[in-house]
Amino acid sequence: MTILQFILWSVLKVAVVTVVLLLGVAYTVLLERKLVGRIQNRWGPSRVGPFGLLQPLVDGAKSFLKEDIIPSGVYRPLYLIAPIIALGCALISIAVVPFGEPVSIAGSPPLFQIANVNVGLLVILGVTSIGVYGIALAGWSSNNKYSLLGALRSSAQLVSYELALGLSVVGVVLRAGSLNLRVIVEQQATQGMLTWNIFGGMQFVAFFIYLTAAYAETNRSPFDLPEAESELTGGYHTEYSSMKFAMFFMAEYANMIMVGCVATLLFLGGWTSPFGDLIPPPQNLFVHALFPIFWFVLKVFSFLFLYVWVRGTLPRFRYDQLMNFGWRWLMPIAIVNIMATSLWLAYR
Amino acid sequence: MHLILFLLFAGLCLAGAINLLLQSHPINSALSLIVVMTSLAVLYLMLGAEFLAAAQVIVYAGAIMVLFTFVIMLLNASREERTLGSKAARRVGFPAVTAILAVIATVILKAQGLGAAKLSDGLTDAKGATNLEVLSTVLFTKLLLPFEVTSVLILIAILGAVALASHDGSKPEGRTGGR
Repeated sequence: MTILQFILWSVLKVAVVTVVLLLGVAYTVLLERKLVGRIQNRWGPSRVGPFGLLQPLVDGAKSFLKEDIIPSGVYRPLYLIAPIIALGCALISIAVVPFGEPVSIAGSPPLFQIANVNVGLLVILGVTSIGVYGIALAGWSSNNKYSLLGALRSSAQLVSYELALGLSVVGVVLRAGSLNLRVIVEQQATQGMLTWNIFGGMQFVAFFIYLTAAYAETNRSPFDLPEAESELTGGYHTEYSSMKFAMFFMAEYANMIMVGCVATLLFLGGWTSPFGDLIPPPQNLFVHALFPIFWFVLKVFSFLFLYVWVRGTLPRFRYDQLMNFGWRWLMPIAIVNIMATSLWLAYR
Repeated sequence: MHLILFLLFAGLCLAGAINLLLQSHPINSALSLIVVMTSLAVLYLMLGAEFLAAAQVIVYAGAIMVLFTFVIMLLNASREERTLGSKAARRVGFPAVTAILAVIATVILKAQGLGAAKLSDGLTDAKGATNLEVLSTVLFTKLLLPFEVTSVLILIAILGAVALASHDGSKPEGRTGGR
């Protein structure tokens, strides 16, 4: 394969994945509005299109067409670059996520993953840790006390919970012996649901820690202190309007999808079927390629559903409770989990 | 291909470093430092040290620089004042820097086999698949003592920070948020 072919294939893969991800972001917003509506005993968006299905498109058009206001007191370069950093980091990490088996057609490189990186998991953690700057700079450059408070809270929260997040996945890495996401999934795939890390791998504690830390990392309820409306009017994006605000919004939902993807890959067996070999693999190449995608999307979807469910159920933490919980409970439990997993692996 | 990428990111790294010195606002300097760290990570990646590159991004560009920006935001540090520097700095500093740079450049240029070794040498096993396992083996057998000593050092630093922070008689428990 020549370099030109490689570049063309890569551009194609990146384009497809980005479009699908952005569509996913748009419809996750709709899913959340619908579900929270039903939880609160109302309908949610139902006017635009059948079941309100065209609502995301209308919302997008609205954010594009709204007047873009830049307050006079802001520090312009950083104010303008902050939403780009936030959205960029949210979209980049999808590049190392494998969605299905490495099928290749017509001499293409393996499909269903943009880049198969040896340290894929670390790449995701690294990009996430850069994403903090989007929020921090937005809050600081806005020159607004609510924005600054939101940004400070958010930086502290992200740095604290990143630790728990990183430690929670160590058990999975120990079991797989690799940081390659594809290897981690294949290691879980031998007996279907029984060998998934969350069940057979005895990593359910790690899964719980990952789940909690991930909610904090994506600034979602019950850890949505950086944008607590009742205290901070809107947090770090108070001074942003129209498309710049929409970029923060999209970054948040893209991060949610990303976290769902990682949870699926690390704990729920990725694209593999929960029934293992009970269902014989389909012979048709087309079905053979799309079947894993179905499982992957289903798992990510249930994760997103859980996200919204939690948001509709739990009240917000207080700030000191948040910090206490992160440092005094999650981190020690994560460390104990690492030790237990290593001992078990050494004993086996 | 490698050469183009190397020139690109080495240039970015140098530009970031120069910008770091020239900027008068601390937050701009901090951001330039992030650019330097990240482009260094890319250079590591091109040398085949994937783990080192990822660690560089997570630890330096991610964690440490977040704390830098955090402090700058908290103190709301403003533009630094331009001075022409003291006389001592001008008379001694510039010649000293020139001398040091000259010495370093001579040593580097005289070194044998420059550019022949890759960072990944000795970090890949026979299969050449993963350098993580080899790296951790070296770290926890050959280099165990320095590794542990470093972690004790960091622990002492943390304890010192806690002791300094809780000096003014308040409880170190941090249960002050609910006042």
